[in-house]
Amino acid sequence: MNITQLREHLCATYPDLCPLFSIEFGDGVLSVEPERLREAAANLKDLGFDRLGMVTAVDRPTHFELVYRLYSRSMSAALFLKCNVGRGESEAPTLSDLWPAALWQERETYDMFGVVFAGHPDLRRILLPDEWEGFPLRKDYRDDTMIRRPDYI
Amino acid sequence: MAVIDRLGEALGDGEGGIVLSTVDSLVDWARGKSLWAMPMGTACCAMELIAASFSKFDFDRHGTFPRPDPRHTDVMVVAGTITKKMAPAVKRLYEQMAEPKWVIAMGNCAVSGGIFYYDTYSVVRGVDEFLPVDVYIGGCPPRPEALQDAVLRLRELIATESIAPNRRWEGALVLPMPGDISFGARPGERAGTGRPGAGGEPE
Amino acid sequence: MTFYNDRTGLAQDNGIAETGELVVNVGPSHPSTHGVCRVIVHLDGETVTKAEPVIGYLHRGIEKMAENRTYLQIVPLTDRLDYVGSMYANWAYCRAVERLAGILVPERAEYLRVIVCELQRIASHMMALGSAAADTGAATMFIYAFDERERIIEAFEELCGARLTYNYVRPGGVSFDAPDGWTETVLEFCRNHRSALDMMDRLYFGNVITRQRTKGLGVLSADDAIAWGASGPVARGSGVNWDLRKHDTYSVYPRFDFDVPVGSNGDCYDRARVRLFECYESCRIIEQAIAQMDPGQVKAPGLPRLLAPRPGDAYDHIESARGSLGVYLVSDGSVRPYRMKVRSPAFCNLALLPMLAEGHMLSDLVVILGSLDPVFGEVDR
Repeated sequence: MNITQLREHLCATYPDLCPLFSIEFGDGVLSVEPERLREAAANLKDLGFDRLGMVTAVDRPTHFELVYRLYSRSMSAALFLKCNVGRGESEAPTLSDLWPAALWQERETYDMFGVVFAGHPDLRRILLPDEWEGFPLRKDYRDDTMIRRPDYI
Repeated sequence: MAVIDRLGEALGDGEGGIVLSTVDSLVDWARGKSLWAMPMGTACCAMELIAASFSKFDFDRHGTFPRPDPRHTDVMVVAGTITKKMAPAVKRLYEQMAEPKWVIAMGNCAVSGGIFYYDTYSVVRGVDEFLPVDVYIGGCPPRPEALQDAVLRLRELIATESIAPNRRWEGALVLPMPGDISFGARPGERAGTGRPGAGGEPE
Repeated sequence: MTFYNDRTGLAQDNGIAETGELVVNVGPSHPSTHGVCRVIVHLDGETVTKAEPVIGYLHRGIEKMAENRTYLQIVPLTDRLDYVGSMYANWAYCRAVERLAGILVPERAEYLRVIVCELQRIASHMMALGSAAADTGAATMFIYAFDERERIIEAFEELCGARLTYNYVRPGGVSFDAPDGWTETVLEFCRNHRSALDMMDRLYFGNVITRQRTKGLGVLSADDAIAWGASGPVARGSGVNWDLRKHDTYSVYPRFDFDVPVGSNGDCYDRARVRLFECYESCRIIEQAIAQMDPGQVKAPGLPRLLAPRPGDAYDHIESARGSLGVYLVSDGSVRPYRMKVRSPAFCNLALLPMLAEGHMLSDLVVILGSLDPVFGEVDR
């Protein structure tokens, strides 16, 4: 199923999600608010998106952009689910009860960015030692032990 | 060279099977020729460490056998990137090894942090920050032959040690020097022993 | 106390002895050569009640480093991610860059990429099967498998000069064309490899001890495999017929005729069998690719050394030996990426360990970990 067919199928089944769906550079993107994230994810799962491929975050200047990649084997389709959470108290609902694949990936996003997933059964650091301070993948992470690579291109 | 290395000749010389040597050369011979290695392989270099131990680049012919147990081994081969999370474990395993023990730092990451020197927050830049390293091997990853060469160099380094405290046999160290022509021996010449001016004589 | 009619010999099963819980730490440095993984195991007697993997001992911050490197400078970093399969790790990253920047790759480069990726898949499966065998104690299989790997590594050394971290697949193509006679070397390898695989089949899978140890162990149902995001031989061993080369096809894979081996029981035995049969299929693909490959360019013409793609993001994935390896790149229009995220299949597969190991014995835990085939460069990044 290609992107336009997917858009038609989505709009036919869940008309309220239709205005949130856009096509950017050949990939379908569904952008939702954090309050509607769980509802949109559950709707997508009912639609046939049975695999959660990737959970990550991008540190934008004013907010964190959570990016989820969802697959549907039956429809042979994939799309991005994006959600912006604030930088101050970054909190988003967990999707680990819909797809257990999100358990470790959300832990990793918390470890690297500090985004708290409400409702996650076991939210703690996974890649860094438990006593590490700071969230490394944030753009404003400062660490005295980091040596910046010189700019020779 | 110590008499111990010409053991076969000495025994066959009709001397009645008596070899005279020093205690140090006997001990260093025994320690150097049977270095059991503890493979502290964390990353890509571990693949080359395993390859060095297996059939194509057989490590066992040098007496070195990978034993994953610190209490049975003489040499710890640190192969791969050491992160800050892993460093306490490596230090603890090093302390569990029995004396005498040596460390080979294999690969660029173990020598200096390697490709992960810049822009990283979690890599220890070189295992010599917390372990006393005896032999460094460069390479990313170094070839298995380079690892075996490191064991041979370590053997020569061991030959300079003495079981008497604070005593070393510097004269016995036969590492190649920059001005050495032993590596450029032309056909018909015998390669030198590694001392400047000591090699390259025609046979 | 008597053990006359004791089937297992374990006092706890007869209710004679009461056992308390024992917490044992396995790793991070242990003889099972999968890398640095620590598993905190709660044991009741000999049975595992809870197994919790602790990872991060090889976390080198590659994603942070990528933000200060140009697109071409990141390719050697991707080599070190999945160090048992550098070729396909490079390829996943290069596909994401090409998707982001809109680069078209010449056809000969695509064929060369497929050939090296399939050879790398065989090499990776040899490593996986060998170390899985070594976990059950069959060291002979490990040595034979590594010998096959050495043949492949010799072929790669002829191609690009490196034994393990190749830096070969670049954005826009590959770095060097195959030298004269290389394709004949690879074809000869494929011919000999099939008989080696038959021998390994008899040696390892024909052994009754292997079957007793791995059959029925660590059973993963198909629904669990999909819900937990498992991919690759781990999912295919459970009956999930999903292979990106067939079902989300990319590059020149549609032109080849090959099958996807799928298991049925989802135990360790099936996962290992899937890996073995994938090697046969890879040989088929390599032979077809060499037959179809035409002379031509191997790099996209006119590509600048400093790529500055359009602002936006792109995600692309390939079927690696461990599953679906994907790279997500976010660009802000400059020569360095704004964010690079690697979706690592071994990380997602390793999340299954607590579920699979529960109820089995401690020595089975190592076998299950081996069948999940983690490579910690990829898990920890």
